[in-house]
Amino acid sequence: MSFEPKIVAFLCNWCAYAGADMAGTSRLKYPANVVPIKVMCSGRVDPEFIIDAFEKGADGVFIGGCHPGDCHYVNGNYRTRRRVKMMKKLLEEMGINPKRLRLEWVSATEGQKFSRVIEDFVNEIKELGPSPWRK
Amino acid sequence: MARRIGVFVCHCGVNIAGVVDVERVAEELRKYPGVAFATTYQYMCSDPGQNLIRQKIEEENLDAVIIAACSPTMHEETFRNVCKEFFNPYRCEMANIREQCSWVHDGEEATEKAIKLVKATVEKLRGNEDLMPIFVPVEKKCLVIGGGIAGIQAALDIADAGYKVILVEKEASIGGRMAQLSETFPTLDCSQCILTPKMVAVARHPNIKLMAYSEVIDISGYVGNFDVKILKKPRYVDEDACTVCGDCEKACPVIIPNEFDMEKKPRKAIYIPFPQAVPSTYTIDREACLGLAPLTCAQCKDACEANAINYDMQPKIVEEKVGAIIVATGYDLYDKNKLVEYGYGEDDDIITSLEFERMLSASGPTGGIIIKPSTGKVPKKVVFIQCAGSRDKQHMPYCSSICCMYTAKHALLYKHHVPDGEAYIFYIDIRATGKNYEEFIARVMEEERINYVRGKVAKIYREGDKIVVWGVDTLTGKKVEIKADLVVLAMAIVGRKETKEIAKLLKVAVDDGNFLKESHPKLKPVEALSRGIYFAGCAQSPKDIPAAVAQASAAASKVLAIFSKDKLEKDPLIAVVDEDRCSGCGVCVSVCPYGAMQRQPNGKAKCIEALCEGCGTCAAACPSNNIEMRNYKDEQIEKMIEVIV
Repeated sequence: MSFEPKIVAFLCNWCAYAGADMAGTSRLKYPANVVPIKVMCSGRVDPEFIIDAFEKGADGVFIGGCHPGDCHYVNGNYRTRRRVKMMKKLLEEMGINPKRLRLEWVSATEGQKFSRVIEDFVNEIKELGPSPWRK
Repeated sequence: MARRIGVFVCHCGVNIAGVVDVERVAEELRKYPGVAFATTYQYMCSDPGQNLIRQKIEEENLDAVIIAACSPTMHEETFRNVCKEFFNPYRCEMANIREQCSWVHDGEEATEKAIKLVKATVEKLRGNEDLMPIFVPVEKKCLVIGGGIAGIQAALDIADAGYKVILVEKEASIGGRMAQLSETFPTLDCSQCILTPKMVAVARHPNIKLMAYSEVIDISGYVGNFDVKILKKPRYVDEDACTVCGDCEKACPVIIPNEFDMEKKPRKAIYIPFPQAVPSTYTIDREACLGLAPLTCAQCKDACEANAINYDMQPKIVEEKVGAIIVATGYDLYDKNKLVEYGYGEDDDIITSLEFERMLSASGPTGGIIIKPSTGKVPKKVVFIQCAGSRDKQHMPYCSSICCMYTAKHALLYKHHVPDGEAYIFYIDIRATGKNYEEFIARVMEEERINYVRGKVAKIYREGDKIVVWGVDTLTGKKVEIKADLVVLAMAIVGRKETKEIAKLLKVAVDDGNFLKESHPKLKPVEALSRGIYFAGCAQSPKDIPAAVAQASAAASKVLAIFSKDKLEKDPLIAVVDEDRCSGCGVCVSVCPYGAMQRQPNGKAKCIEALCEGCGTCAAACPSNNIEMRNYKDEQIEKMIEVIV
């Protein structure tokens, strides 16, 4: 059986979650490996959630936020960007390929982009294989 | 915590059930801990669907409900309203198995994902607390900053609805840019004639407190409860006593350029910016006056029979409490000195669009006669250059929106004044999207025989008596050289520099053009991110008069919606600090975009409920994990992760 990765996606309420809805409204298919959790802002994504997801066996973590300058909460996405940069370094030291964590800006109108980046991310994780932390 | 959860899986016709095996979803969920009941139905949002939920809540003694259906954006409110009849609305959650599942996946994997989504929602729901909306009181008084057409319209709309308005204007008179215009496109109404009745209405309205010659210097607080400080600058003339007889002006020996006429007409140190000014009163320009201190002149005071002049007037700070704020600070022209390629600043015969506008005005520097400023003669060849500073990566990248239209108007009015003159318009594209705008452009092009040249001007320079304009006609590919008497630059428009200062006080973002950033570019174009703050007119983006008026009325209606309630309801999904465990490091205080996290005297952080918008940035940043987001708790999210992977 081929490897089907498990991916957690944190989507901000205002942009990425609405973008994912838009992908649905436009019937743009993408792999079902990604299961979303809605958060009010990508800035809510505590680095602990990322570690927690990998610890529990996720093969990848996706974070979707508003484009720079568009954050509903002024600047939450900038904080996310910094945190993700830091987390990528930390994950590498912990033996997790930093490519397994991906941050993308998806606006409420970008259904097409959402579908495309998810497909791309799933393919990337498939190439990387199962997470070394997977039980 | 919910103990008996009911799960209602919607077929949505074939939208969900055509892909997802809804019966299996219900069956799987029945076995899941905490779930007491699960069923499916054709259309949950229909009346019978909603009644099914009501019936089952009672029959099955449910204490919480999950609707697995479309996106919560669609129907969360619908279902929470049903649940409100029985329990706290936060005991109802939706699982999005349509937009984010059945519409984007196929077959077995869609059903598997739907099951995960609903189970994750069960975990979230089990962690939800019963929440009551937070209520904050409302001061039913609105501050409008800026007395141009947008500010005037907003103030009148709110005042007419019966609420108090404070209209603050920095200049000596309200009226703004519209008061400076000659005629307005596409109808050629006289701008002042349609504006001045509104200005007078403001002055006479019992619900409007007009504070002209004043500036907002401090704003604090939040929706319903802003504290504002307004600096009332001294006019040295008693507004109520002044009869506008003009004797003082005749007596005043100081002559300086009038800003209202783009400094192309003189005024005295004691002045009224234009005859229809509101409030109708003279003002002494402190910088220019000789008589204030020391008392060396005082000729105006001697001439004033009404005894309205008082050199001892002092600046006054007025404090007001308001419930909502409308920012209508208007626009400036792009800095002319930056347009080096068009030689501005060095040549009298190269003027800006607003200077030409004043020239066209009967009350302007030339009394409505078009002249070549260097000679005073009638210009026989005029070149109008559109996009001077707009749509240009070197200057402002955006379209200034109104220049195509007013340039056409300028050329048409020029031809009416000088029928044997030649007018050329250099343009990139013609953008005439308003009502009857295209017809107006067509009229100017055809009937008035104005030469439209598609292309950008590369250089302008003086050659003897003429201004030589070099450009390329991109339609013929040929070089164009015109020896003109007068060149009019349709300057890019930018938000006023004062907008930036006001935005800082309000914690609202401005873009590179100094325009205010709205909450949503499409669905919330007049609202700031923070509630209770609204925008109108060119402070938000370049726009014409009808758009500014429409936006002003939109902003006013938003304010009225706030004032229609005695208390404001606020989403209670906010941050809560565990004070006992707070180390007082202050990280949350520094990351909060709303100033909602505040340090208390004991050093510990506290979330001001009314300010918090619930983004959760503080919760993610807190190094000791002491901040929880209500109903988006760490524990809830971690349990959701567990179900998913």
